[in-house]
Amino acid sequence: MATLPSKPIADDVSLLVVLIDTNPFFWSTSSSSLNFHQFVSHVLVFLDLIVRLSQLNQIVVIATGHNTCDYIYDSSLDTDQVTGEGELPALYSFVLQRLEEFVNKDEKLGAKQDGLSEKRVSSLLSGSLSMALCYIQRVFRSGPLHPQPRILCLQGSPDGSEQYVSIMNAIFSAQRSMVPIDCCYVGSHNSAFLQQASYITGGVYVKPQHLEGLYQYLATVFAVDLHSRSFLQLPRPAGVDFRASCFCHKTTIDMGYVCSVCLSIFCKHHDKCSTCGSVFGKAQLDAASDRKRKASES
Amino acid sequence: MNNSEKKRRNGEAEEENEEDVEDEGRDAWERTYTDERSWEALEEDESGLLQPIDNKAIYHSQYRRRLQSLSATSAASRIQKGLIRFLCVVVDLSKAAGEMDFKPSRMAVIAKHVETFIREFFDQNPLSQIGLVIIKDGVAQSLTELGGSPEAHIKALMVKLGCAGDSSLQNALELVHDTLHKIPSYGHREVLILYSALSTCDPGDIMETIQKCKKAKLRCSVIGLSAEMFVCKHLCQETGGSYMVALDEGHFKELLLEHAPPPPALAEFAIANLIKMGFPQRAAEGSIAICSCHREAKVGEGYICPRCKARVCELPTECRFCGLTLVSSPHLARSYHHLFPIEPFTEVSARQLELSRVASKTCFSCRESLLTPGTNKAGPCAACTKCKQYFCLDCDIYIHESLHNCPGCESRRITPAAASATMS
Repeated sequence: MATLPSKPIADDVSLLVVLIDTNPFFWSTSSSSLNFHQFVSHVLVFLDLIVRLSQLNQIVVIATGHNTCDYIYDSSLDTDQVTGEGELPALYSFVLQRLEEFVNKDEKLGAKQDGLSEKRVSSLLSGSLSMALCYIQRVFRSGPLHPQPRILCLQGSPDGSEQYVSIMNAIFSAQRSMVPIDCCYVGSHNSAFLQQASYITGGVYVKPQHLEGLYQYLATVFAVDLHSRSFLQLPRPAGVDFRASCFCHKTTIDMGYVCSVCLSIFCKHHDKCSTCGSVFGKAQLDAASDRKRKASES
Repeated sequence: MNNSEKKRRNGEAEEENEEDVEDEGRDAWERTYTDERSWEALEEDESGLLQPIDNKAIYHSQYRRRLQSLSATSAASRIQKGLIRFLCVVVDLSKAAGEMDFKPSRMAVIAKHVETFIREFFDQNPLSQIGLVIIKDGVAQSLTELGGSPEAHIKALMVKLGCAGDSSLQNALELVHDTLHKIPSYGHREVLILYSALSTCDPGDIMETIQKCKKAKLRCSVIGLSAEMFVCKHLCQETGGSYMVALDEGHFKELLLEHAPPPPALAEFAIANLIKMGFPQRAAEGSIAICSCHREAKVGEGYICPRCKARVCELPTECRFCGLTLVSSPHLARSYHHLFPIEPFTEVSARQLELSRVASKTCFSCRESLLTPGTNKAGPCAACTKCKQYFCLDCDIYIHESLHNCPGCESRRITPAAASATMS
């Protein structure tokens, strides 16, 4: 990671890409003390805070839906800030309107699939992460003086195991371009994907204990720019589980067998790989050669 | 020195032609200009001002060609790739490496790019191992044992940098053969030789050694820095490797980095097998233990081997005591994009874009306008064959080279039936 040359960036100007989880399956079933309406009002105040912390700060909001993802707001495109008397600030009304449009579109797309997707409650995090990274690359291309980008995932839905490969791809790409992924997880169980994302990219992972005070968590942890972060005591990652789960039973394992061709993980010895179809040689040949190698070394 | 630097800046291309100066009675620097006819690419705009040359389009077309050739080869070999590689990098440090045709010297250029290569290699092949071998004074010498730590290799090479004596291909091959002979059968044995000399001074019959390497399934590739040699070409042909000669520094770097992505897995080179691996857990915060790799007492930090409970500092590694390969799941995930690559996007002409249903004419993933700046005409762009979204050229490159996800396909829900069809 240290091989990249340091870029001449104004170190206290941020580009914050916020990914908002709008998954209806999560928000309708969430038994917690936070409903979608309250959640959005916390987030809106937070967005306003970011814009007001520095006039050069930029925010981009991307919605992560159940069936689609889309851009909601981009402060660099926003030209008219005038608001009428007694109305909501332009930022609030614009984001609310676009969010509503998005949720309706998401619902329509879901209705087409006539209940086939009932069981899947995950949201399309890989899509919104990929879009955020593409947007950040565009900012990197714009010249040597650009704001420091970071991604903030506001996620509540559980992980979708079918997105594992694509989310990991996005995480590694973010790591390569040194973009931290911060996560504020409002769901009931910890998200293993987001814990890994924050751990690998050097971001912060927070699972608020008291959801009614969400804004306070957002403002105290995620509002400061990357430069100022080094002076703060932010929540430390605790116990990120890097153990793998096997492809055959999806159980977490300490030791297992890995196919040498496609790196699929199995908990027992098989004769044929179910992913790539390779036929394996003699069982335990690997262990035998391990011993041989050790013997020749000593 | 200063003079030569200035010369470099005047044109990289000069160096390519330096060797055959007499040709056509023109000097090399003159031919660079007459061959390329760079003035023809210049265009004037309406007011008569010269327009900057569109380097982006040229760069993108080069990239597309590379991508296409890559996807053609991978389509031929299905999804099987040699992901677990044991690579011996042989660096020729005979006196030919001191030649100054590469600036400041071949040796310095090799060292610089080998460093980049080693980092890139481990980024792309986290489960693989590299060993360094140097040829000096007619003998081959093993600089580092096969191992997975990039820093150790780079440090060792930088310390030993210095050239002397003759070069011996046979000695190097014999040494590499002995090293790679004992690795497990599922690993891909590869040799990459960076050869500066124009001769080889061998103690015996090199053809026998080449046959021996072929028998041991070593895939030998050579990158030459001076001129093509028959013996190198023969070696590469026999063992299934590639032989290239670098024209200049940029070309050398390109050739070297081509060896970083995993090669297609060929059944005859490595036997598919299940490898027993351990996925260690992080040691508890504040616990004190002696790590097996540095033999030092350390607080916290580190991982515990699930089989023998020894402490190791870094992953991936091999347990010192029980020999179990220790990895973490992100190391495996780093390689998955080689197995599930995204298909190249198709190019979209300006006319197609204008007729398209996309009203906003912006890139799907980064929201940059797809219209050429200043005018209202559609610029070049690319489209995904699956989700039919349009992307700007910069995103196209980023998506294929670094992200390995199509944002369009990722942000739509595939029905379970369709998903299972694509998975199988």
